[in-house]
Order: sequence, then structure tokens, then C-alpha cells
Amino acid sequence: MTLSQLEVGEIGIVKEFTDLEMSVKLMEMGCLPGEEIKISRIAPLGDPIAIHVSGYQLSLRKFEASTIVLQ
Amino acid sequence: MKADIRVALVGNPNTGKSTLFNILTGLNQKIGNFPGVTVDKKTGFCQLPDGRTAEIIDLPGTYSIYPKSKDESIVFSVLADKAKGLTPDLIVVILDASNLKRNLLLYTQIADLKIPIVVALNMIDVSDKAGIDIDIDLFAKKLGVLVVPISARKIKGIDQLKNAIAYTNKIALQQDTIDVEAIAPQIIAQIKETLKIDNPYLALQLAHQHETLSYLSTEQSDRIEKLEHEFSFHSQKSQATETIARYNFINDLLYDTVKKPETAHDETVSNKIDKILTHKVFGFVIFFAILMFIFQAIFSWSAYPMSLIEDLFIWLQKVISNVLPAGPLVSLVVDGVLAGLSGVMVFIPQIAILFALISILEDTGYMSRVTFMMDKVMRKVGLNGKSVVPLIGGFACAVPSIMSTRNIENWKDRMITIMVTPLVACSARLPIYTLMIALVVPNRNVWWIFNLQGLALTAMYLLSIVSAVTVAFVMKFILKARERGYFIMELPVYRMPRWKNVGFTMYDRSKTFVLQAGKVIIAVSVILWVLKSYGPGDTFAKIDQKYHQAQYVKTMTPDSLNKVIASEKLESSYAGVFGHVIEPVIKPLGFDWKIGIALISSFAAREVFVGTMATIYSVEGDADKMESVQQKMHSATNPDTGKPVFTLAVAFSLMMFYAFAMQCASTVAVVYRETKDWRWPAVQFAYMTGLAYVASFIVYHWFK
Repeated sequence: MTLSQLEVGEIGIVKEFTDLEMSVKLMEMGCLPGEEIKISRIAPLGDPIAIHVSGYQLSLRKFEASTIVLQ
Repeated sequence: MKADIRVALVGNPNTGKSTLFNILTGLNQKIGNFPGVTVDKKTGFCQLPDGRTAEIIDLPGTYSIYPKSKDESIVFSVLADKAKGLTPDLIVVILDASNLKRNLLLYTQIADLKIPIVVALNMIDVSDKAGIDIDIDLFAKKLGVLVVPISARKIKGIDQLKNAIAYTNKIALQQDTIDVEAIAPQIIAQIKETLKIDNPYLALQLAHQHETLSYLSTEQSDRIEKLEHEFSFHSQKSQATETIARYNFINDLLYDTVKKPETAHDETVSNKIDKILTHKVFGFVIFFAILMFIFQAIFSWSAYPMSLIEDLFIWLQKVISNVLPAGPLVSLVVDGVLAGLSGVMVFIPQIAILFALISILEDTGYMSRVTFMMDKVMRKVGLNGKSVVPLIGGFACAVPSIMSTRNIENWKDRMITIMVTPLVACSARLPIYTLMIALVVPNRNVWWIFNLQGLALTAMYLLSIVSAVTVAFVMKFILKARERGYFIMELPVYRMPRWKNVGFTMYDRSKTFVLQAGKVIIAVSVILWVLKSYGPGDTFAKIDQKYHQAQYVKTMTPDSLNKVIASEKLESSYAGVFGHVIEPVIKPLGFDWKIGIALISSFAAREVFVGTMATIYSVEGDADKMESVQQKMHSATNPDTGKPVFTLAVAFSLMMFYAFAMQCASTVAVVYRETKDWRWPAVQFAYMTGLAYVASFIVYHWFK
């Protein structure tokens, strides 16, 4: 299960990443293994999405979300 | 002013760093460039409680010392480059107390470079309100640095921060955060040895960033490259290991020092605002309403100050020509320099208003929501959600908008944005459109409320957006991506705008515009003045002689005689000669040699067109007397056919030409400055002029 499959309001915990390059950028922004992520909202046109992580709101594209594997 | 110590401000974006900078330095600041790069360097001075003066440098906001954009790359190079004498004696790291975890990543990286640090724990009032309990003493003890709780917005804790800056030792005393050497032991040891540095984290960063650091010599960089191969150093893997280690340290630290209330996922005010502002329907409705408001403001609020500036310049020109004896020098100052300068200055109100409004949108956090909403559409046409800001800015002026593309991380997205921004109908095109529309479009209403002239103007604005998007779409397939595109962006909490910051931004941007555009326009105005005032050989003298003959002097009033002489001189001046030379090329577009002169002279800046038309049709005064220019142009007839010159077809063709052609030397200059490669402005100039020619040709023959 990846982050892109969650619906708005659902919560997941990061397990690992499928893409090294993206993982480096995501981890810098606080998306680390073991971290809890909640989907806050989806952009009006369906992409990107906004998530709540490490105490703040982050937006990322669906593709980037699909590289985050959840527990 | 000479400073006793140099202090750098470092922190994440949206942590109140620039607010703190403004408080510390007051109006006592200046904007320059970091050596060798076009990143704004904001510096200012601050008096410390012990009587010393500190020079404060505001470094660009960044989430990490690993740069993702041009602006961010400056942070590490300033901190690491000891040779240029820019390295700070002390770093103030600003942390958002309500969002400590992510903020601390940058702190731990900076701390490991072992430069003395003071931590400013900003927005302490916000975190108190949210019920976050920070044991500041323990926090400071664990980090080994002074930690000062402040609220930059409410100007609290600033004196304590200044005390801490004055008190801090010259030697870095902070605790190590992670075991840096464990990440890549061999390469760190080798780099330390070869480059004679003793800081392991500096050595590791050199391994990561040596290719982009300008201060390393080629040999040093090659040596590091060799070491990387020798020890099979993988930059991304190393960075991933490091980041995880750092967050482990941060989690431990926060576990001991910070207590958060359980209801962290509560519905915040910001969330409620987002529900409306990024709503499927209302989100876009509100966005377009705001855009309409911005246009309205740019045009209606600026009308009065703009006419004031124009009047001021006219007054100045009159004074100079009255006081000083007439001659080439006065003519140069009045018709060359002052006329050119007034062409730039007159746009200050529009630019100031646009940037005030944009900085309000950015400051409140709304702009990042626009980016969020528009990313999908923009990506389809080869742009990026972040391209929205420069494109909107393009309605006022392409120059500052192109400078604002620096925060687009992706190279290809940034280049396409730079290439298409000048297509957006900027305010310099407005005088031409108004003149042409007033000439050929009747001023009456259709369907009760729509004014025909207004509709024509709206159509020109829509055309500019459509053409920018279309060209971007084409370039998407031509340009090759250098790196993968991504869109990972913080959505900051909504806040009230900081009016002082808005004022500063407005001032900064207007100043940059005047300096950037001003230099070029003055230079080109002077050249044009020469071309218009002198002709090959003794042609001018012959004209004077000819009109001194009795048949002219007796039959004509001195006034009309002067006009005839002036227009004949213009025709035989170098500019006129050029106009005749290019006439065959522009004839298919419906333009004659007179329009040709205007086209050439307005290469420097589009707004020059109206002024040149005024001179050519020998109207008294200049561009400000729009009405009279219009009358003259209206009654102008073609000597061969006896029909009016400015028909619907010619006027529309001219409008098309100005809609597409890159008639702006300042934009060419700024594109070169931002891309550091003359081929970009060259390609841009070529494609825009090409488009302009084709569009004018089609429109002229369509309406003829």
C-alpha cells in the first residue's frame, strides 16, 4: 500500500520508499520511516495532494506519494 | 560602516527570518549580489548592547544545506568559503517553535560545520498558544548553545537575542549532533587531508557539492571526484543515511524537551480557510476574482501617480530647455535621457502596486495554495505550479517576474517559464493598445454592457495568456529535462500579512526595476537620440538651406515651418534611413517607413512607440498628449493612394506585432543575467519576432 492510495482524512505510517532520489527529498521534509502521515486534502483537479506530517502541512504530487510505501 | 562582527541569519522558509532581519537592521539595509551569482544578498547593520556593531546577512531560506534551487545553494557556499571573507563569525539559526522537528534538521547540519551559533526560537507565542511545552533550559543544554525565545511579529525577545549575540564566544561550543565520520569514513579522511581542513562535516559536504562550488580550484574538484570513484561514494545514499541519523537525534532531543498536547490533529483555523480557498469550485472562483482585482488595482490605482510622474518630467524638460541655451547637449538631456527616463519611471506605480499585492498574497500563504491548485494544469503545458507567480507578474513587467523564477527548482520548468513570461501582456504594451484601439475600434456598447474598445483590450490580454501557454506547450517537447521534476512544497499556515515586509518588498522590487531597466533604457534612448538627430553627410544642412529660401519663409508661419523641417530631418536622419531600409521587409505587414522608425526605436522599450509616433507626425509635446497623436495619426494618409494609413488592418497588425515581438532591451538583459548564456535571449528574441511577423502578416491580410 502506498500513500497515493489513501483517501482524505486517512492516516498511514511510512515504511519505506521505492525511489532513492525522491526519498532523499521527502525525508528532508520530515517524511521518514515510522512517521505518521494524514491526507489533509486533494487539489481541486485531483493532483497534487496535501498531507499532514511532522506537525505541518506538505503538498506533493500523486506520483511522489506513490513512492512512499506504508506499513 | 565598518562592522565588528558578521552575523548570518539562517532558517527554513516561513519561519519569520526576514521579519527578524528587518527588526534587527531597521531601514539600515542594502541589497547586493553574492559574488559570481545573481542571488540577492541582503545585509544590514545592528547595534549590539556592548557597543559593537554587527553586520547582519540574511541568507535565503532553506530546509537543508543540500541545495534544491539556485537561491539555496548560496547558503552552504557562504558558510564554507573562507577565502572570500564572507563567512560569518556567528550564525543565528531561526527555528519555528511550533514546528520544531523539521526546523531542527537544518540546525543540526549547520551546527556540525562548527561555526558559533545562537538559536532564536521564533513564534514562541504561537507554540505557547497551541499548548506546546518546551523545556528551553534543557533544550539549550542538550544543544550546547544559547537559545532565546522570541516573537519577531510581536517584537518580543529581541533585546535578549542581541545580548546573546554579543555574549557568544568566538569558538563554537555546540554539541556534536551525529557521528558524521561514520557516514563515509574513508572519503572524509582523504578530503580532510588533501584540502587541509579539520571539520569532517565540511569535508563530507565538499564531497557532495564540489561540482557547484565556485571557490574550489579545478584540481581540488577533480581530486575530490577521483576520491569519490575510489571509495564508490554515492551522494544520494550518503545523504539518506545522514538524514535518518539526524532525525533520530532530533526525535531523541524532542522526546526529552518538548511536550505536545494530544489533540494535535485538531481542526485548525488554517484548515478551515483551506476548505474554502482550495475548494473545487470556490477555489478557482476566488482565485479569478483576486486576479481581476489585481488588474483593476494595477490600472485604476496607478492612474493618478502615473500622470503625476509624467507631469513632473514634462515640467523638468521644460525647465531645462528654458533655462539652458538650446544646443545638442540640452537636446540630448531633454529628448534623450529625460525622455527615456520618464518612460521607465512612469511604470513605478504599477510595479509597486503589483508587487505589494503579490507580496501580500505570498505573505498570507495564499500564493502556495494557488501553486497547489494550478500545478496540474501548468504541468500539462510544460510549466510548474510555481510558474503561476511570474506569469501573473508578467502583466506588470517581465523583468522582475523573470527574476522571481529563481525559486523554481526544476531547470526545465524554470527555463520555459523564463522563455514565455515576456509574451504576457505587460503594462508597456498598454499605451500602444489603447492608442490603436482608440484609432480603429468604435467607442460604443454591444449587448448593453460591453464596451467594444474594452472588449478589444480584453481580447489582447487573453491572447497573451493563450500564446504563453501554447509556446510553453511546444517547448515542453523541445527542451530536454536535466533532472526529474518534482513538487514537494510546504503549505504554510495562513497568517496576517506583515505590512512592513510588504512595504520592504514593494520598495526593493521597484528599486531593482528602476536600476535594471533604467540603465538599458537610458543607453538606448541616447543612441536613438543620436540616430534621430543626425543624418548622413550634409543632408541636415541642406534641409535648413532649402527652407531658408524666401518661398518658404514668407508663405509659412515659423511654427509650421519648424514642424516641416523637423519631420523632413527625421526622414533623412539615420533613423529615417533605417526606416526606409526595412520598409520592404515590413510592407507585407502593412507598415510604412514611418512605422518602421517607430519599430526600430521601440526595440529598447515598447512604450517608446507612442513617443516616436508623436515625433514622426510632428506633434507638439510628446507621448503624454495622446489625443493629439491620435488625431494626427487618424488623418494621416498614404501619399501614393490617398487613403488613410491607419486602417483597421494596419492597427490590428501593429497590435499583433507588439503582442508577440520582444521589443524590450531590459528583458533581454535580465534573461541573459538569469541564464548566464546569451543563447537563451537570442532564441527568445528570434522566436518572438518570428511569431510577431507571422501573426501580423495573417492579421493584416485577413482584415485588408
